[in-house]
Amino acid sequence: MPDEKRWIDETLTPWNKGKIEKRVNSSNIELKLIYGPWDVNIDYDKDLGFPGEYPFTRGVYPDMYRGKLWTMRMFSGFGTPEDTNKRLKYLLSHGETGLSIAFDMPTLYGYDADSERAHGEVGKCGVNVSSLQDMETIFKDIPLDKVSTSMTINAPANILMAMYIVVGEKQGVPKERLSGTVQADILKEYIAQKEWLYPPEAHMRIIRDMMVYSTKYMPKWNYISISGYHIREAGASAVQELAFTLADGFEYVKMGIENGLDVDSFAPRLSFFFNSSINFFEEIAKFRAARRIWAREMKETFGAKNPRSMILRFHTQTSGYTLTWQQPYNNIVRTAIEALAAVLGGTQSLHTNSFDEAWALPSEQAVEIALRTQQILAYETGVADVIDPLGGSYYVEYLTDKMEEEAYKYFRIIESMGGVVNAIKNGYLQREIAATSYEHQKKIETGEEKVVGVNIFQKENEQPINILKIDYTAENLQIERLRKLKMKRDERKVKESLEKLREVYLSDENSMEAVIEAVRNYATLEEIANVGREVFGGWKEPMII
Amino acid sequence: MEGAYDNIESKFPGRKIRVLVAKPALDGHDRGVLMLAKALRDAGMEVLYAGLLPTPEKVARIAVDEDVDVVALSLHNGAHLTAFPEVKKWLDKLGASDIQCVGGGIIPPEDREKLERMGITGNYGPGTPLSIIIDHIKKAAYRKWELELKEKESKN
Repeated sequence: MPDEKRWIDETLTPWNKGKIEKRVNSSNIELKLIYGPWDVNIDYDKDLGFPGEYPFTRGVYPDMYRGKLWTMRMFSGFGTPEDTNKRLKYLLSHGETGLSIAFDMPTLYGYDADSERAHGEVGKCGVNVSSLQDMETIFKDIPLDKVSTSMTINAPANILMAMYIVVGEKQGVPKERLSGTVQADILKEYIAQKEWLYPPEAHMRIIRDMMVYSTKYMPKWNYISISGYHIREAGASAVQELAFTLADGFEYVKMGIENGLDVDSFAPRLSFFFNSSINFFEEIAKFRAARRIWAREMKETFGAKNPRSMILRFHTQTSGYTLTWQQPYNNIVRTAIEALAAVLGGTQSLHTNSFDEAWALPSEQAVEIALRTQQILAYETGVADVIDPLGGSYYVEYLTDKMEEEAYKYFRIIESMGGVVNAIKNGYLQREIAATSYEHQKKIETGEEKVVGVNIFQKENEQPINILKIDYTAENLQIERLRKLKMKRDERKVKESLEKLREVYLSDENSMEAVIEAVRNYATLEEIANVGREVFGGWKEPMII
Repeated sequence: MEGAYDNIESKFPGRKIRVLVAKPALDGHDRGVLMLAKALRDAGMEVLYAGLLPTPEKVARIAVDEDVDVVALSLHNGAHLTAFPEVKKWLDKLGASDIQCVGGGIIPPEDREKLERMGITGNYGPGTPLSIIIDHIKKAAYRKWELELKEKESKN
């Protein structure tokens, strides 16, 4: 074994007189100057394995990008359903291969466009969907059996999923053939993004209903996307993102098993969603560690037999937080590096952020550059030619082990509190994230953490860039549309189906059919969400600060 | 104008600045607001947090009930042009026009000017050093203290 100490004494110390600036990554792991075989102890078959084989550290599929490139999936949605329909078609015609819909805040919080709470927010951060008719417009002339659609919807995910099913029906595409994802990961909402309707137990039951329903009828549907993205954006470190996300995942698996499902019947449809931030090697190690931990726990703790239950498939989005308002064109470079980390980390699909997102919602030009960034990575750089090209790097393998070790420390803490829901209710997870975020910001304030254009290499006068102007008429249009809908729909059927849903919510029956029926009768998003609000009540966050 | 606040602190010995931080709309992106709350507290202010999803009316009522000097508003959902002025409107309605409103979040430059004209100052975007925001809030609070002094003097 090479002697690191000898090198330090004989070569390094005379060179630098023992002076080395301390470096830590986002997870507060202190980094040495160099890593070597003395830092890693790899048992190849046990720790790495071949791609497509347990423990899947090197990749979930045997041929990875040589078989199929990652899906370029740009998240988009704004204004009216027509605006979004147009943007989706634009992206499809420019080589995007999967759709991804962003909804506005009222939709995410289960309010219709005409709600008092929706005022000023309709169509702002995404597209507004108040009823089935809006979903029909979004997917007009987009055949649902030809695309896979990811919907970033959580608290009302069951309602939007039901709408998608009914749009499929109307296009003549049965639900068995629908391919796509609803995010539906409510645990990370309580932890990070804070978009909920009901208390945790009620939402978990609804997720159970979606899980059971999809497992029975929708073999190509990902009924949940277990998300670390928002946890990271809320301020978590890479290790916290890794640990909290996987802990959430284990919670959903436990729920499935407790509800009588065979783990191999539902686990293959679980998928993940991670952030790719700016600390390059740390991110790659995070993705590799995630695959290994998931595979091991699924096999050893949850007794999965089918390898498909053990593979951690994931979507990645580059970090929104690292985009700076200052010198916005620099963000193109940041995003490219983050995207590269995701690809080297073996992602299944990728969204690249647009450089103008610290200013506003992205313009068409900015979105195009972001998509082109992925295409350049895929077709010009050769980074997709060989699987897991950083596997075997002493540093990356060391970091992968270390991330795993640190994640297990968090698993034990969460376990000791009685699981994720309790760790949410006592505010532990939220406080951990807030503390990391504040510490990080303090480092930026003192200059210990450097951000180009923000605390070094600043420019006096920032030139404004062209940004997307949201049409402020979306709100009025959507309100008018709802008014007309309510005049022409069959009110009796609406009432009956909402009443039926109430009964189902009060019982322990699966609620999916009842939600689908209400949607089919054009009950609005808020009307359906209100049934839950009445049955389950609301939720107030514990004190975080 | 600046000079007017120079000695305002000495007129209120021991008084701490009271700030309410709030997100007055459907917006759960609370990284900024939680961080700001901690930073303001570390800067010696008394900080209240309005919790998630309060309406503008509720924010204004808490501000009045808690007798704060400044309401610090944050939004990342594009609703700042409706929600921030709504808070201001409610403060005026409740007879608390002296409570200062400052804003921040993802706010395009032209909206910044509009908000400023409506009496919401600051409107800082991402990447703004906390020290600048803290300083701005301090100045806003001192403006409120000045207004209090003036009112007292006019009564005498």
